[in-house]
Amino acid sequence: MARIELKLAHSYKANPQQDSDYALLPLDMTFDDGGAYALLGPSGCGKSTMLNIMSGLLAPSHGSVLFDGRDVTRASPQERNIAQVFQFPVIYDTMTVAQNLAFPLRNRKVPEAHIRERVGRIAEMLEMSGQLDQRAANLSADAKQKISLGRGLVREDVAAVLFDEPLTVIDPHLKWQLRRKLKQIHHELKLTLIYVTHDQVEALTFADQVVVMTRGRAVQVGTPDALFERPSHAFVGHFIGSPGMNFLPAQAADGKLAVAGMRLAAPRALPAGELRLGIRPEYVQLAAPEQAGALPCAVARVQDLGTHQMLTAGIDGLQIKVRCASDQALLAVGSTVWLQVLGEHTCFYQNEELLP
Amino acid sequence: MSATIKPVNQKAWFLILPVLLCVAFSAILPLMTVVNYSVQDIISPERRVFVGTEWFAAVLRDEELHGALVRQLVYSLAVLLVEIPLGIVLALAMPAKGWKSSAVLVTVALSLLIPWNVVGTIWQIYGRPDIGLLGAALNAIGVDYNYTAYATDAWVTVLVMDVWHWTPLVALLCFAGLRSIPDAYYQAARIDGASKFAVFRYIQLPKMRGVLMIAVLLRFMDSFMIYTEPFVLTGGGPGNATTFLSQYLTQKAVGQFDLGPAAAFSLIYFFIILLLCFVLYNWMQRVGTADAKEGGHD
Repeated sequence: MARIELKLAHSYKANPQQDSDYALLPLDMTFDDGGAYALLGPSGCGKSTMLNIMSGLLAPSHGSVLFDGRDVTRASPQERNIAQVFQFPVIYDTMTVAQNLAFPLRNRKVPEAHIRERVGRIAEMLEMSGQLDQRAANLSADAKQKISLGRGLVREDVAAVLFDEPLTVIDPHLKWQLRRKLKQIHHELKLTLIYVTHDQVEALTFADQVVVMTRGRAVQVGTPDALFERPSHAFVGHFIGSPGMNFLPAQAADGKLAVAGMRLAAPRALPAGELRLGIRPEYVQLAAPEQAGALPCAVARVQDLGTHQMLTAGIDGLQIKVRCASDQALLAVGSTVWLQVLGEHTCFYQNEELLP
Repeated sequence: MSATIKPVNQKAWFLILPVLLCVAFSAILPLMTVVNYSVQDIISPERRVFVGTEWFAAVLRDEELHGALVRQLVYSLAVLLVEIPLGIVLALAMPAKGWKSSAVLVTVALSLLIPWNVVGTIWQIYGRPDIGLLGAALNAIGVDYNYTAYATDAWVTVLVMDVWHWTPLVALLCFAGLRSIPDAYYQAARIDGASKFAVFRYIQLPKMRGVLMIAVLLRFMDSFMIYTEPFVLTGGGPGNATTFLSQYLTQKAVGQFDLGPAAAFSLIYFFIILLLCFVLYNWMQRVGTADAKEGGHD
């Protein structure tokens, strides 16, 4: 088990000139021992690069990787004692489940009696005890993925377990089972788990701390709650949530806020210049006409999603999405509705960054 | 369930008719003419006598044929034992990407582009003890090498020639098999601390099973039917040291014009190949894993 510190940057090009040449922009990050982390971001944001640097499959072009304060930048995955679960299940076709699980220990010349005990323990934990003598190649995708996880867990001194989008090929109804299994293993073994995904539901349900990444940059590290309530970067607001945060261009002057052609009373002191007002669809409320902090919008679309309704309304060429209770009376398309956009959950952004 | 019976549609027969005709004219009818010859004694185009299974009995008692069959089996076995491991080693040593990979691929494939009789001629000259580069060099360093005089030399030369000609095919097939292994397998093996040999034994070899099966079958069938190269190189000699089955057959059919025995022998030859391929295929299916259906597209 280890605390992982990254102080590095990585570029696949030999001479990076500008930001876009970097797969990972300079960053300084610490993953605490025993934590469950998720790296979340769209494809190509650098999250897999970061994971491969931590596991040692890739050496960073600049900077260093520390495990418990020890510099392991040039150390191999084996020396770092890391375990990794890949997007597609990797199993050794010709071996049985038990032989697969024992493989990392056999390679390290662990005594046979100890191997048997560890394999038994891990198989029990993964609920695979009954399948130990089966040929691994004949199993389903989720069982294979459990084996790849198990091969990481059999080593009791493993520094961290890294997951690279491990549920991609798993059937949806099995995903939550595997995720729950992961949670349980984390709870029992107190291992450092780092999980790469582009699926926010996976990240938010799995991790204590989520690192949101875009274009080679970690834009926010926080609890799922913080990412939802106080996105520190406009990208986080946009990426987290379904749908993401509503953003409205705004300008503050003389205690007033100009939004969508309306002048509202500014809720607090705001710097002059171009701002963006951000509010989650969950926090936009229907308001009485002319209420302070509300905007008159035209209803463009109402979708009934069973548990709730999704209302899309337009004002001044902008769109606002609102999540309403399902028992809310249906609003007619084209009618005017007043929407409360200023409130305690409203965030303001300047140059994409959250204003404190 | 409804009680209606699914109507039988006979139209499908018309769809397979073209294939049936093609196969009939290309394989079944020629084979039947051979069957026809094998049960008759053809004295002249007008005079023929039905002899039943007499030719088959005669062929099976033929001492010369037994000798050719044993030589053929030993030869094919030797070809497989040398070319398959050598092909695997070559494929493992070939660079995986970049211009080096392309250059090596083209170089390796060169021998496959040379026609059989040219290969025979190349080696005939190459191995000559008086002017051939290989033959003269061997004699110069004191090895008494002469493929026209010594049976062992002739035999080894024919084998080396086949290895030179066809190992690249095995290497290319294995190379294709190796390239289809996703990187994650190698990464996982590194993380599991697997040695180079363990990577070969538990990842590369199992993943190459499909292409190796093709390579073994192709090389077996081809070497079992080998004709042109030994014919050009040694003419079956010295004595009959390199007379393999197909050459023996040609001598009988074309040289002596013994159509009946030659036809009977052709059929026996055909069934030997069919039987051995069947045995080889089933054995290889079993030896790898029990999940034959998955191995192909994995």
